[in-house]
Amino acid sequence: MHILLVEDDPTVRSFVLKGLKEAGHDVDHADNGKDGLYLAVGEKYDIIILDRMLPGGVDGLHILETLRSQKNNTPVLLLSALSDVDDRVDGLRAGGDDYVTKPFAFSELLARVEALGRRGHNETAPETTLTVGDLTLDLLSREVRRGGQKIDLQPREFRLLEFLVRNAGQVVTRTMLLEKVWDYHFDPQTNVIDVHVSRLRQKVDKPFQTAIIHTVRNAGYILRPTQS
Amino acid sequence: MRKDKKAPRRWLQWRRGDASKVGRWHWPIRSAGINFALGYGVLFLISATLFLSFIWWSSTNLLTQHVRAFIETDAQELTQRWHYGGPPALSSAITDRLEQNIDDDALYLLVDRRGRRLAGNLPGWPVAITKMDHFYELTIRRYTFSTPAQFKAYHLTHGFKLIVGHDIRGRALLSTVITRTLIWCAVMIALLAIGGALVVRNLFRRIVGSIARTASAVASGDLNHRIALTGSETDLVAETVNTMLDRINRLMEGVRQVSNAIAHDLRTPITRARNQLEEALFSASSPDELRLAADKAIEDLDHITGIFEALLRIAQIEAGARRSAFTMVDLNQLLTNMAELYEASAEDAGLSLHMDISPLPPLYGDERMLQQALANLLDNAIKFSPPRSLLSLTARPVTAITPRGHTAHTTPTGIEISVQDQGPGMNEADILRAHERFFRAESARHTPGSGLGLSLVQAVTSLHHGRLILTRTNPGLKVTLFLPLLQQDADHTTTTASHA
Repeated sequence: MHILLVEDDPTVRSFVLKGLKEAGHDVDHADNGKDGLYLAVGEKYDIIILDRMLPGGVDGLHILETLRSQKNNTPVLLLSALSDVDDRVDGLRAGGDDYVTKPFAFSELLARVEALGRRGHNETAPETTLTVGDLTLDLLSREVRRGGQKIDLQPREFRLLEFLVRNAGQVVTRTMLLEKVWDYHFDPQTNVIDVHVSRLRQKVDKPFQTAIIHTVRNAGYILRPTQS
Repeated sequence: MRKDKKAPRRWLQWRRGDASKVGRWHWPIRSAGINFALGYGVLFLISATLFLSFIWWSSTNLLTQHVRAFIETDAQELTQRWHYGGPPALSSAITDRLEQNIDDDALYLLVDRRGRRLAGNLPGWPVAITKMDHFYELTIRRYTFSTPAQFKAYHLTHGFKLIVGHDIRGRALLSTVITRTLIWCAVMIALLAIGGALVVRNLFRRIVGSIARTASAVASGDLNHRIALTGSETDLVAETVNTMLDRINRLMEGVRQVSNAIAHDLRTPITRARNQLEEALFSASSPDELRLAADKAIEDLDHITGIFEALLRIAQIEAGARRSAFTMVDLNQLLTNMAELYEASAEDAGLSLHMDISPLPPLYGDERMLQQALANLLDNAIKFSPPRSLLSLTARPVTAITPRGHTAHTTPTGIEISVQDQGPGMNEADILRAHERFFRAESARHTPGSGLGLSLVQAVTSLHHGRLILTRTNPGLKVTLFLPLLQQDADHTTTTASHA
């Protein structure tokens, strides 16, 4: 993906830059708001990662608002040390698509960037069925089949699986699952998400020969179709 | 010109106001005491003037009536004399009367048909008197002074005419007395007003001074200073200010507590992370060992970040800033979803989560914060429960109970949410300290956690004007949240009450 990173802190910038390049992305970067705005407006990116507080009089929200006012709908991920719920709401209201607070784990950022990039491509056709490998989800009848065999899922388990399937092949973090599947924005101290995922595995993976839901250490989960 | 440049007196200033009101005249005196005294003086002066005017009016009226009655009677008697004895008898009667009149206030004139004066002390027929049997009030010259007098003229037979009059010098006298009284009144009122102004001014100064002294003491850092209550009307202000100071004090205390706690409880994991990294740097023999140390350090840093977030959130909630996100929250939905989220964890830990939720009315509150609070409670309960024990989440609406024990309302006044476990529980001393930041009971030392969970629950409960109650249940602990059902508009008025 072609990504723009606007971040003033040199350490964070090089850290993110290196990580994204290693993950195979093509990244442009700017260390102040002015250059960031110039690049964001002038070039076509798949994703823009914006720090909220930038030197040079042009802050992240300003860039975001300018882009949106020009009908530029490039997905924007805001990066900020402001972790307040209100700050988060401000950022999303200004047209941001996701919000990551500092300090962050790189795996979290990467997972969210990739999820956003994917969403940008998928938005065109509203699907009624999702298929990954031998797994099929019927979004209308809420029916799940794997290799022709029907799997009974609770509504919440269905939503969890749906989210994993929509992001198939990509890492999703526990926080992402809590936010997107449950719509909760707090920090659970115990392993609530792990338990739900393991329940889902009991139904989706256990009866079959190969597992499709995998744990990624220090990051989260990934749904990877069986090679067949 | 020079006068304009002089600094204006403190209480005598011309207020310019804003641009649209330039040139508009404002009452120049700002001092409440002087204004009060002025008002008081003017009022008193007006009432004294009215009072004296009434006295003047009724006295002169009485005097005139008295004089007129006297003139009428006198004239009647003299007319009778005329009927009995004609001009000589009347003349001598008039002369007699003038001689016997010690006050020298009677006035007579008898003229014949040609207007010649026969008797009396008037020099001649006054030009003003043209009608008979009609009272006139004229000013006449007598000896050396002029004086008002009442006259009445009568027709006698054969063309003779008689004037009977009476000098009303008394009225002039009365007027002098009343004028003098008025002047003295004015002087005394002025003195009283000045005295009053000083007294009122001092009174105001003393009242405001007490508040000002407290405010300046607080401004210079002494937060324990309070305004003394005097029992007067200003106590309302004093009490409000004192309540405000109490709240500020509590907040400051909280900040102090947090900074102490941060100093103590954040240093520990930071030191640990640092030591690990340092040790790995010096003594690690393989890249795997280094990686392990870095992993551990990241874990420690995440833990520190978590503490920071929790602390900030608590501080933010306690400052009351989060009330902007209040909406009507459907607790039934919230509790069911939350239980669904944690039910799996409970089952995983070998616990059974028992739910008993009566239908609840909507609550005006912050949904996210309530979710967080509930999550903390469930987290705690799962963490401290022994395997194969029972965990219960109950919620029910509460109706108010009067002191006699009868149910006062049929509509609920609050909502009670409890989470109960069968864990080790807490002893009485620990329960009292449970909501303190970073407090961890002895029995909880070995479990992971920061000691901020209940502090956050406490903060969220306070934000909703509720109460957090911890009870020992042998075995286990029951944590109850009581949240009053406040109306949206009642929210502000109850703020002080619940903190008092």
